[in-house]
Amino acid sequence: MSPVWDVIIVGAGPAGSTLARTVAAAGYSVLMLEKDRDIGMPVRCGEAVSDTSLRELVDVDPRWIASTIRRFRLIAPDGNMVEPDLGGHGYVLERRIFDYDLARLASEAGAVVRTKSYVDALVPGEDGFAGVRVKGNNGATIERARIIVGADGVESRVGRWAGLRTETRLRDMECCAQMTLSNIPVEDDACDFYFGQSVAPMGYLWVFPKGRNTANVGLGISGMAAKKRSPLSYLQDFVARTYPQAGILTTVAGGVPCAATLESVVSRNVVLVGDAAHQVNPVSGGGITSGMRAARLAGEAVIAALRENSPQRLGDYQRQWDKGYGAKHRMYYRIKEAVHGYSDETLNRIAAGVLALKPEKRTIWGVFRVALTRNPALIWDMVRVFGLTSFDDDA
Amino acid sequence: MYIPSLFTRKGPRVLLIQIKDDACDFCGCCVGVCPEDAIELQEARITLIEDRCTNCAKCVWVCPFEALIFLKPGAGVLPEAGK
Repeated sequence: MSPVWDVIIVGAGPAGSTLARTVAAAGYSVLMLEKDRDIGMPVRCGEAVSDTSLRELVDVDPRWIASTIRRFRLIAPDGNMVEPDLGGHGYVLERRIFDYDLARLASEAGAVVRTKSYVDALVPGEDGFAGVRVKGNNGATIERARIIVGADGVESRVGRWAGLRTETRLRDMECCAQMTLSNIPVEDDACDFYFGQSVAPMGYLWVFPKGRNTANVGLGISGMAAKKRSPLSYLQDFVARTYPQAGILTTVAGGVPCAATLESVVSRNVVLVGDAAHQVNPVSGGGITSGMRAARLAGEAVIAALRENSPQRLGDYQRQWDKGYGAKHRMYYRIKEAVHGYSDETLNRIAAGVLALKPEKRTIWGVFRVALTRNPALIWDMVRVFGLTSFDDDA
Repeated sequence: MYIPSLFTRKGPRVLLIQIKDDACDFCGCCVGVCPEDAIELQEARITLIEDRCTNCAKCVWVCPFEALIFLKPGAGVLPEAGK
């Protein structure tokens, strides 16, 4: 009989590794399983994070940072550029190194990490689930655990097997394509965002610099728009138009669940974190730090549940998430829904409206404020959003 | 009279979704929107679980790389008898 792990984590992204590290550091046995042969690859991500949110979660290692961002430039369909004051700074990460390092830290804390281990089923048990079935190099094996964590990303199936409705609605799935381009003119301290129906309908296009004249150039469009034309073709058009001389170092696809957080992220002894739980900021599509933040909350609840041998304590995580970021993300979701409906004309008017403001009023919130006055019903959401913390989410 | 449907899981039907492995990036977008949990994604292998698929085509619509195609009714592959 194989040993019973205290926790099995499915997926070794930033959320999985953060949870693994938290629980292992408290002295419990943790097994983290990753389906791919490499942790951190391929990089299906624009890789931008804000300094404040990252620093709150982990000691920032300079090796993770490709470039430091001090400016955002928002480009309207007519080419007008708005440069809001960020009131802080952020980074474009090297997620190959970042994800890998977070897994290394988890392993140093005592977690067992295995790659090329694909979980294809949960094993039912007396109270909830007894473990997972793993397809590895040596065929299928059963690993047993007291608590199972699904940190398995946008393609999450662990939650479904546990009875949670984790599928993303078509309109909420941001379908993304991204290239890492070399030999292009970029400003190393500025993240560019392009908006408009012809560039990225119901989404945006990003140019995030990675140093040495390279950048992540990608876009996300809603499934409703992708239905008509593929994200890759939008991206190829933009690249051919804007950077004809570019070298294409990587091309990846990806999906971001830009939905409100799942209503339940816990089912019996199964917990979901990160993209699997739809814990992405629906406006920016940023999910690195919010997944890690959720993982920290979940990790504390898991420790309490193991200590008291009561899976009910996992509900603490659900309550804490709902009260804090869950509520915030639900408001962001309503904002996203409104912004996605804006036509090119409206976007142009918003840009012109912001440019008419005094430079010191051109903050990121100033932009939102102008944008949202196009939809007065959202004012109540706005008031609550602005009453919360400052702009602190990643992309 | 019983009419086999192309679009529900009841009765014999034609599978209209096809995955082009060479265009697939294994990103998981399709798995995320599949209402029937009918797609299995490993590192570089993607499988459509035929008896769960209802031909709803959401996977086809979201695919960033056009790696899934929706065949015209009549062009699909009939499941083997007795399956």
